[in-house]
Amino acid sequence: MKPDEGEVYLHGERVKGPRKTVGMAFQNPVLLEWRSIMDNVILPLEIVAPRMSRADREARAMELLDMVGLTGFENKRPSELSGGMRQRASLCRSLVHKPEVLIMDEPFGALDAFTREDLWQTMRDLRRAEPFTTVLITHDLRESVFLGDQVIVLSGRPARTQYVMDVDLPEDRTLDVLYTPKVADMLHILRDQIKIAQGRDGGAH
Amino acid sequence: MLYKIAVPVASILIFLGFWEFLVWVNGWPNYKMASPSDLPPAFWQYKELFLIMGWQTLWRTVVGLFLAVVFGTLLGMIIGFSRIARDALYPLLVGFNAVPKATLVPVIALLFIGQHDFNTVLMAFMISFFPIAVSVGIGLSTLEPEYRDILRALGASKFTIFRKIALPKTLPEFFGALKVAATLAFIGTNLVEIVSPHGRGLGALFKSGETNGNYPLMFAVLIALAVLGIVLYYAVVFLEKIFAGWAERAQS
Repeated sequence: MKPDEGEVYLHGERVKGPRKTVGMAFQNPVLLEWRSIMDNVILPLEIVAPRMSRADREARAMELLDMVGLTGFENKRPSELSGGMRQRASLCRSLVHKPEVLIMDEPFGALDAFTREDLWQTMRDLRRAEPFTTVLITHDLRESVFLGDQVIVLSGRPARTQYVMDVDLPEDRTLDVLYTPKVADMLHILRDQIKIAQGRDGGAH
Repeated sequence: MLYKIAVPVASILIFLGFWEFLVWVNGWPNYKMASPSDLPPAFWQYKELFLIMGWQTLWRTVVGLFLAVVFGTLLGMIIGFSRIARDALYPLLVGFNAVPKATLVPVIALLFIGQHDFNTVLMAFMISFFPIAVSVGIGLSTLEPEYRDILRALGASKFTIFRKIALPKTLPEFFGALKVAATLAFIGTNLVEIVSPHGRGLGALFKSGETNGNYPLMFAVLIALAVLGIVLYYAVVFLEKIFAGWAERAQS
């Protein structure tokens, strides 16, 4: 895809096409139904590291599956797993080739509230275990504050940076932090900024 | 396991019993309607012919079906990947499929005079490639873009994306169409064997039964065709279990 205007730089290098150092996660888990969970997770390695041995691939995949709590499910098919578990497996697939940047497009949007909070914590643990830059696109303000180091509010089309907030919270934050007055204030500011971005001050949603 | 065998066997026995009863209660003579009890003698009397001609029908059907799979899959790929090809080819394909194939028998019989094996295979092919092409085409063109993006984001080639994602994802649809195509291919083979018989295949045996007023033989041929059809169908089911078994949901 050609940009209308401007350039994208990643680590000071201009981006011209698809890059192997990027991982993608979508709202749907998009798992391949004919592959086991293990084979789904190692899929990117088949492209990015064609010479890597099967045993090494599986060892790497197991590392991630253990971390997200899917130990023992590696030989199941995606259809045998719940929505939350599928999204966990999908996360493992996005990370298996150790990308420098992970781009997530509303990855937890289709999950129920409690499963979503579980996955926030999984996400936090994954990033602590092997740090990688994440660009998370979300409509959930609590999610943005809990997972983010920096929250950027974008305006409507054409999208422009409307507001930037640095999240000044401890790195090992727990869900409890979401119920502190500090976070409540932050959420309030973000909400106001979104109202402005939408171009209406009083209207709901 | 016993249940799985017993139920279909019982249903076949009940069907044969009803057939026998119908012939008996109406007092139909052999030259009007054969009864199941007439069939074993007919099979026994012509057992060599049944084996030889059954084989001729079977191999020509399978070769025709095989060609239909190759051609239909290629055509489906073209239709599935190119919008222009889809728009250009669909009316032609639908039109060709709508032509009753019986009308083509004399055409190909004249075009390829005496090439009976070739003509029969050609007809089996022509009648059965359409469902395969359409289902592969639809399977490929309705592939969700997100599935492509998983690999495209990593810089995978179009061919890799096709081999690892599009192809396996289309397999359930492909096998669904193959079941229809297998039955159709049999119709194609028999059409040629009956309409332009050359003394080859079960269709020719059927025709000779008709000529000689041998009704038990004709019905025996019908049963033999049904058996061949069942065999081919379950061969496809067997392949489907191997290659696309993942699409089957466990029954609750």
